[in-house]
Amino acid sequence: METLIQVLIDGLLSGMVYALVAAGLCIIWGVMDVINFAHGEYLMVGMYVSYWLGFLAHVDPLVSVLASGAFVFLLGALTYKLIIRYTIRRPGLVALLATFGLAMFLKNLCMNRFSPNFRILSDTWLGGKTFLVGSLILPVPQLAAGILSLVTIGLLYALINGTRFGWAVQATAMDREAAELMGINTERIYVLIFGIGGACVGFAGGIMPSYLAVHPEVGSMFGLIAFVCVAMGGFGSIPGAFLAGLLVGIVEALAGFYIAPVFKYIAVFGLYLAVVFLRPKGIFGW
Amino acid sequence: MRTLAEPILKVEGLHAGYDGIPVVFGVSLEVMPGELVAIVGANGAGKTTTMRTICGLTRPLQGRIVFAGTDISGLPAHRILKLGISYVPEGRRLFAKLSVEKNLALGAYAEKAPAEIRRRQEEVLEIFPLLRERARQTAETLSGGEQQMLAIARGLMSRPRLLMLDEMSLGLMPSLAEKMMETVVAVNRAGATVLLVEQMVQETLEIAHRGYVIQNGRIVQSGAARDLLDSETVRKAYLGM
Repeated sequence: METLIQVLIDGLLSGMVYALVAAGLCIIWGVMDVINFAHGEYLMVGMYVSYWLGFLAHVDPLVSVLASGAFVFLLGALTYKLIIRYTIRRPGLVALLATFGLAMFLKNLCMNRFSPNFRILSDTWLGGKTFLVGSLILPVPQLAAGILSLVTIGLLYALINGTRFGWAVQATAMDREAAELMGINTERIYVLIFGIGGACVGFAGGIMPSYLAVHPEVGSMFGLIAFVCVAMGGFGSIPGAFLAGLLVGIVEALAGFYIAPVFKYIAVFGLYLAVVFLRPKGIFGW
Repeated sequence: MRTLAEPILKVEGLHAGYDGIPVVFGVSLEVMPGELVAIVGANGAGKTTTMRTICGLTRPLQGRIVFAGTDISGLPAHRILKLGISYVPEGRRLFAKLSVEKNLALGAYAEKAPAEIRRRQEEVLEIFPLLRERARQTAETLSGGEQQMLAIARGLMSRPRLLMLDEMSLGLMPSLAEKMMETVVAVNRAGATVLLVEQMVQETLEIAHRGYVIQNGRIVQSGAARDLLDSETVRKAYLGM
């Protein structure tokens, strides 16, 4: 029983981070119908920012989170300005392939500059610390990442549903021309949304070097899982992506522990298949 | 001698269309402050394209659009709104999943002060009291007539100097369409300049001060609405008389 709870806790903690990565992808997808294939690479860039700040300037990932978020915000906004803007009135595949190209570029750029080596940040404030509740072990870095994810998703949700800016974002997502007619600068909304989607994954990437090695391939699996979460949660639904993220984390942990670590992604993608088979528009999709 | 009033909107030799293919050829028109002007014509004559180009959704291929002394040709729609033109598009284009209240609030997006937005909301709800009961419903749950009211109300929320209404009677039963016409007259009397596009030629020309008849992308006739109603061409082509 205790083992099961421990596995569930581990699953929930990684699920929260998946949820945050997915939320970033989800908002871009929901507002502009663009699938950002470079989303996992944004995470990897966020991790490198945090890693290098830690390695070169001894800044702890807990602080670097802000720098990573800001950096990937800019990366997202630039991606829109330099690439996506030119694909937006073209068939959907154009944007998808363009971001795929960006993903290859970012991955190979990091490979070229930083080598494919795994890099681990030692001596972080939280690194290796644990927190005991009875016989349950709560890894502190993962706990911090989970809390950061929850807070960020909460803020994102409040921004979209509780502010005039958020209503303008929703209006732009529903009918861009009509939004323009309300005096909403939809081009600016697009830039900001790409930035905000980037910042979400930047935050996640910023804190992860506390407990995960950084390398150029690290983002790929996270990107793929984020797609699964967004599709499973219902395109454009932040609560959906959140729930799907938790679900994926739990299923991954359960399968990894009770079947075998190599099977954990089979379980995740099996779950995904089952959900989209039964509810093609996702759990929260309309 | 200088004329007393300058036109608030002046369109000169406008060519417009989609993907570089014009459907409007050299349209010129003027709207004076306080006027209610109608553009009438058959389906596909270029009415909506003219309106879309004035409000900035479509870029003009040629020609000039001057609003209150400013050349607005080719400006993006959100800037044109801020200059004072509000366009209520064909098909209403409400934000279906948002509440009536939020739709109205978005209509006043250019205004930042919450008190002012509330005041305007009160004003438009005076004109459309039915919407008050629906304030928290999503726009998609409203009936066709209510949706049209909301579209006009939302268009008024920016306090436009020029309100442009496109086919607001489309899809409404005749009694409701008539009621819309009455509302437009009331809004105009309250001080708003109105440019109206309609397929209901007779009813529209009955409420308008002046009118333009558009055919195959060209203005073929213009003048006082009364005179247009009496004109042989209009009667034959649009009124079946």
